Amino acid sequence: MTAAASLLDGVVVLDVATSAGAHCGRVLADLGADVIKVEPPDGDPGRGAPPFIGGRPGPDRSLPWLALNANKRGVTVDRGTERGRAQWAGLVARADVVVQSDATLAYEDVARANARAVLVTITPYGATGPLAGIPASDLEVTAASGALHLAGEPGRAPVRTTLPQSPFWTGMYAAMGALTALAARALTGRGQHVDVSAQASMATVHPPAIVFWDLLREEHHRLGPYLLGRSIVGARFRNIWPCADGHVSFAIQGGAIGRHTGRSLVAWMRERAFDAPRLSAVDWDAFDNRTLAQADVDALEAEIGPFLLTLTKREFFEGVVARNMLGYPVSDVRDLRADAQLAAREFWRTLPTEEGDLALPGGFAIFDGARPRACRPAPRLGEHNAEVFGAVPA
Amino acid sequence: MKPLEGVRVVELGWAAAGPLVGKYLANFGADVIHLESSTAPDVFRSAYPPFKDNVPGPDRAAMFAFYNDGKRGATLNLRDERAVRIALRLAGEADVWIESFPAGTLGRRGLGADALRRANPSLVVLSSCNQGQTGPHAQHPGYGSQLTALAGFNELLGERGRTPVILYGPYIDYIAVGYGVIAVLAALERRRRTGEGCRIDLSQYEAGLQFMAPAILEHAANGTVPTRDGDRDPVAVPHGVYPCRGDDAWIALSVWDDAEWTRFAGATGIDDRAYASAAGRRAREAELDARVASWTRSRPRDAAVGALRTAGVHAAPVASVSELATDPQLAERGFWRDVPHPVLGRLTAMSAPFTLSDTPGLPERGGPLLGEHNEAVYRGLLGMSEEEYAALSAAGVFA
Repeated sequence: MTAAASLLDGVVVLDVATSAGAHCGRVLADLGADVIKVEPPDGDPGRGAPPFIGGRPGPDRSLPWLALNANKRGVTVDRGTERGRAQWAGLVARADVVVQSDATLAYEDVARANARAVLVTITPYGATGPLAGIPASDLEVTAASGALHLAGEPGRAPVRTTLPQSPFWTGMYAAMGALTALAARALTGRGQHVDVSAQASMATVHPPAIVFWDLLREEHHRLGPYLLGRSIVGARFRNIWPCADGHVSFAIQGGAIGRHTGRSLVAWMRERAFDAPRLSAVDWDAFDNRTLAQADVDALEAEIGPFLLTLTKREFFEGVVARNMLGYPVSDVRDLRADAQLAAREFWRTLPTEEGDLALPGGFAIFDGARPRACRPAPRLGEHNAEVFGAVPA
Repeated sequence: MKPLEGVRVVELGWAAAGPLVGKYLANFGADVIHLESSTAPDVFRSAYPPFKDNVPGPDRAAMFAFYNDGKRGATLNLRDERAVRIALRLAGEADVWIESFPAGTLGRRGLGADALRRANPSLVVLSSCNQGQTGPHAQHPGYGSQLTALAGFNELLGERGRTPVILYGPYIDYIAVGYGVIAVLAALERRRRTGEGCRIDLSQYEAGLQFMAPAILEHAANGTVPTRDGDRDPVAVPHGVYPCRGDDAWIALSVWDDAEWTRFAGATGIDDRAYASAAGRRAREAELDARVASWTRSRPRDAAVGALRTAGVHAAPVASVSELATDPQLAERGFWRDVPHPVLGRLTAMSAPFTLSDTPGLPERGGPLLGEHNEAVYRGLLGMSEEEYAALSAAGVFA
């Protein structure tokens, strides 16, 4: 057993969450907890979520479901029957953590059955308050969190990340909450209720905006590819640029690394015989991006744009790494799979599926030199019934 | 009682990705000591506005105060050999050590993970940096706003065929923060069981890629290269953000099945047999979007949201930042919390997005001033004599 797999050795997690909360169990499973996905007899609805392997639906073919439930065991329990209720009671009695993505289970009931159990409830807005019980998907919680307002082009509709992000954020914070509650249990001997809000989870992704509002009553809005928050005179800086074969992320920045980046950019442009009188005239040793007027920012950026257009994503990436400059390409999945750094760190894992092994991101960190274990595939419906319940399945 | 009572954390980090890990640990009761040097101030003390009255200054910087709430702060100039020995003594008093400098920076000062574990074998050491401690790009410096692009998020944000847009702030840093806290808590859980310390190499890039898993699997399985597609969704239709009456007022709404469509049609009067099935709605999506927009445009945002929620349809206002500050639902959870700060007077601090029923943890004070707790840390915790402390101070060791 690798170091990573042993971190949560012996911790038993019951995962009755839908895809809105399944990432919580995934994180705990990666760290070595025994996470048991408990599904109704007809399966978790997440098994029906597209896209599917080969575009063909099937209970073990949903790609988001396979990603969110890797490393877990799976059982089916029909809580409408006496046998199912007994099976469920047996599971709760040995659980350290129970994760749900609605308010079906009351903490009092869980505590009565097992006072040491931690109940994690993941809902769009939290278990109490004026919006408790209001339905919301990724789009609505992102809107309610302020994150949506800050993404998109001015004058056009705000946009969300096309790959839904709130289930990941919320699941990650739920895992943090579960582990915090386990730390508390080591002191108090008892479990407790962890109430996770997806709206609040998504409100953690843009703190500089609330700090500007709080201190200066300065409100930030979406600005397309431009950054705010680097200036005391309200200037914005471009951060996404077109390049020869896509886009790159680059900005005029301050601080020691930002000044080095500016100086290196001038040298790089000179090597390529690019005329940049405004950039060349900057005294980069004394450069202060905080006080630059918008007109000066615009003038410098007008020289940068044409240069970046001559570079491919790869040339830009190799160039900034060689010069120790700030900046990265805007990657797509092909770029990620080809990335030398990820390959050198043996990041990728393979996930066995019914149509062969697929690449999946490896564990999120290296513990004592080892990554979390190779993937156990997401469970087939009821795959571990016999193993978990110790009886012949009905 | 707080969950992390009795846990001591020493932290050397800068900007968001390292220090925010310590912030959450502090909120839940750990004694977190933020070590820094006035000779090389955190960019959040120097380069990043906002500052009190818009006048820069290390103790006037709200970003630092916000990201470091609940910690003690001490200054130590690690260019001095004596400072390195003091840092190792602090490691001996700590349960957790967090650092977020470019790979190898602290190792060159004699404070690499091996040296720390020699000083304290049961120490949990979290090293969080841009791309990890090893590999050809380990030394490459970077900020989260650009690492977010490298990890593929911006490719997925924006309208189809138009330039990608930014995710406001250092998006990927906050992912690395969440996983950093999780890694530390899991290592402490094992230490309670076995007494072993742990060395954690957290690449902010790799942490971020966890949130890309379905896109990567989709590419592996089907060869597709996912890209940005505005606010559309493969299942729900309609699914989008529509303009309401007034300036920059928007509603987010979505319809997930035919029963929800029936409720939506009842609430809006957009009732057309062609829209009864998802396939029908998808086939005429552009026309449907225009009809939804004409319904929302004639209504105040909150009235439209209210009507749809009453009907049991997914809907929410697109909240602005100022609205968020007074959002009743977040207020109910105590998510924003007013805390005192010696220079700023007060600031709004952010709580964890989960609440604990039995052992809650909350922000209690803003981040420390430069060197605010030097005496408490060096004389109180390490037991230095008055003479030793004064001599080291005069020699610039605590600069």
